[in-house]
Amino acid sequence: MPVRHAAGVRVWQRRARRRQLLVWLGWLAGTLLIVASWQGIAANTMWNFVWDAPAQGADLLARMVPPRWAYTGRLWRPLWDTINIATLGTLAALVPAVPIALLAARNTTPSAVLVRPAALLLIVSSRSINSLIWALLLVSIIGPGVLAGIVAIALRSIGFVAKLLYEAIEEIDRAPVEAITATGAGRAQVVTFGIAPQVLPAFAGISVFRWDINIRESTVLGLVGAGGIGLELQSSVNVLAWPQVTMIFILILATVVVSEAISARVRHAII
Amino acid sequence: MTGVAAAARRWTAPPLIADPWLRRGLALGAAVYLALALGTLSVSWRRVWEGLDRGAAFLVGFARPDFVSRWVEISEGILESLVMTVVATAIGILLSIPVGLGAARNLAPRPVYLLCRGLVAASRTLQEVIVAILFVAMFGFGPLAGVLTLSFATIGFLAKLLAEDIEDTDPAPAEAIRATGASWLQLLNYGIQPQVMPRLIGLSLYRLDINFRESAVIGIVGAGGVGATLNTAFDRYEYATAAAILMTIIAIVMAAEYASGLIRRRVQ
Amino acid sequence: MLCVERLVKQYPTGDTALRGVALEVPAGQVLALIGPSGAGKSTLIRCVNRLVEPTAGRVVLEGEDVTALGPAALRRARRRMGMIFQEFALVERLSVMENVLSGRLGYVGFWRSWFRRFPPADVEEAFRLLDRVELTECCDKRADALSGGQRQRVGIARALLQNPRILLVDEPTASLDPKTSRQIMRLICELCRERKLAALINMHDVGLARLFVERIVGLRQGTIVYDGSPDGLTPEVLTTIYGEEDWAERRRGPGGEEEEPEVDEQRLAGLT
Repeated sequence: MPVRHAAGVRVWQRRARRRQLLVWLGWLAGTLLIVASWQGIAANTMWNFVWDAPAQGADLLARMVPPRWAYTGRLWRPLWDTINIATLGTLAALVPAVPIALLAARNTTPSAVLVRPAALLLIVSSRSINSLIWALLLVSIIGPGVLAGIVAIALRSIGFVAKLLYEAIEEIDRAPVEAITATGAGRAQVVTFGIAPQVLPAFAGISVFRWDINIRESTVLGLVGAGGIGLELQSSVNVLAWPQVTMIFILILATVVVSEAISARVRHAII
Repeated sequence: MTGVAAAARRWTAPPLIADPWLRRGLALGAAVYLALALGTLSVSWRRVWEGLDRGAAFLVGFARPDFVSRWVEISEGILESLVMTVVATAIGILLSIPVGLGAARNLAPRPVYLLCRGLVAASRTLQEVIVAILFVAMFGFGPLAGVLTLSFATIGFLAKLLAEDIEDTDPAPAEAIRATGASWLQLLNYGIQPQVMPRLIGLSLYRLDINFRESAVIGIVGAGGVGATLNTAFDRYEYATAAAILMTIIAIVMAAEYASGLIRRRVQ
Repeated sequence: MLCVERLVKQYPTGDTALRGVALEVPAGQVLALIGPSGAGKSTLIRCVNRLVEPTAGRVVLEGEDVTALGPAALRRARRRMGMIFQEFALVERLSVMENVLSGRLGYVGFWRSWFRRFPPADVEEAFRLLDRVELTECCDKRADALSGGQRQRVGIARALLQNPRILLVDEPTASLDPKTSRQIMRLICELCRERKLAALINMHDVGLARLFVERIVGLRQGTIVYDGSPDGLTPEVLTTIYGEEDWAERRRGPGGEEEEPEVDEQRLAGLT
């Protein structure tokens, strides 16, 4: 009880004493953790570089402007590659994501004990590993180039799309599914007539959303050799050609803004 | 339909897009794009073919991950990633609360609103790795650049969602609190905070998870964390070590997701 | 025609919905199941086509033991049982025609249904049914563009397109206003007479049941407590079905309207 009697007066407290103690202990532990972590970072930091950072930043800025506009001509092809990596990668991810989502959703999985955990493990593995790491892995296996980028984007997107899709499937209205089952329809027909129409808008929205994210991610895949505009970024940073870097940033920013606008419009039209 | 003779009524499913020209135009556009995209794809299939052996080696590595031979590097890298995640998330949350308040249309005056929204938009458009490159150039190699990168990215994510949440709150309680003569800070504490707190906690936990995953990446450009170790492992074709690192990441993400699920259920 | 023998249903939560229900429905008979919320009405009709798996007992349809069938045979048996639902259970984003044609899913193969290439005879029959329920005009409208009464008529057409021998009807009027409720009940009963169908109709509304059906079965706590003609529903009988309440008073009430029973939470829990 938050109300305590002390010398005949009722004292109101927000929490009971034990709970209050626990809350304080929680805050204390959290603060200690953060402070300890911070010390770990401080120990690994060259502080004279940090004190120098404002000067470095100003210097960097001075070297970055003006951007090298003439460099744009060499960027169109890598930019085209970047867009293709994102688009083809997203398309390639949609194909396996649908069956995985059906296996992972509680109301469509054939077995909640065996199949569902396996599908969930696939999803979490795909999601845990950033597309840049997938790209690192694929460049090392199938060699540098656009294909490694496409596969990396696809592998990362499978988990994302499948997770959101299976959550959408779990939230559908059960009544039509029951009605379709009652007509004597087979399993596949129940999925296509009872479930698919209900999750189709969500699926389209998720796909476009992921495409938008993939555009952003594919701009940096070139850093590890997986094709696209990131390759140019890597080589420009390596030779400290900062005006070129600025130009690349401008182009990436424009692409991202445009893709986000497209994605927002399409999603708005669907929902 | 009614005018048609009853015996010969046919039915075809209505198309998704009613306008036939738009429908054909979109289909043609998609086909042309796909043809162009696939046509300009330069892939060296021989190299891919040769790589399949290495792919198999990687899968074998997953079956027998090697935690031992590079244990020092792995454990230091993972620890550094975790430390970066904790600090960056803490800083990120602390900064996103004022930015989020400023980006909420129903709380902030117009100039503050625009400033905060601009900050959020900048943080969201810039890919983490790009930010990391800039911070590494400014602050030198090491985890500090990583922490700053992740904090900056956290602001874009948390502040935006927090602001939207605040804009969606029920205005009635806030009005009632204001009617008692409460100050602006008291209004936040009594009228807004109780409404947005559960979601803020949930989102923060989710961002903790994302930050850990990202911290494994930005090491590739020198911003600290396990990414550098992973990069080296791949460069040396040490797939068993790489598999060990990836499995550790997956396990930590899974544990974090499970824990945040538990906490979120308790908070709501 | 339909024979239910000692049917028992116990949910995993431990709730027993049916305690040995036995019921025989001859061909062409329209029967109303009444009873309070949670009496097991919905569970009973869902056990007949095994949307809910019974724990014990048998369901025999035209001499075939439905409870013993494998998946493929069960789907064939379900074709003979049309079902109509309380909240209409249409697939809202599909057109009216697609909803009606989904009644043929038990007959056509997967790819035919995927490409919406239903046999012309099925399409023709679907049009005839839409004519009958007066919805031909709406055939390409999306189901969520219709009113409640129209949606329920689509649901009826879908069930009839299965060419069933019996209709299983779950609270057909619970989501409709009183006037539409009567129209829908009248339509269902007319169609049953035209096609010589048996029907098992769950109802909340005793007054409406009295008006339209020839036999009433009262269910209470998973047991049948009344089985007879509507005329036999004396206040004493209603008391055994529903519990203490001044029935005479209620019937004298203005407009003779029944009050809506509370939401059947146990039944909903059983469905999920």
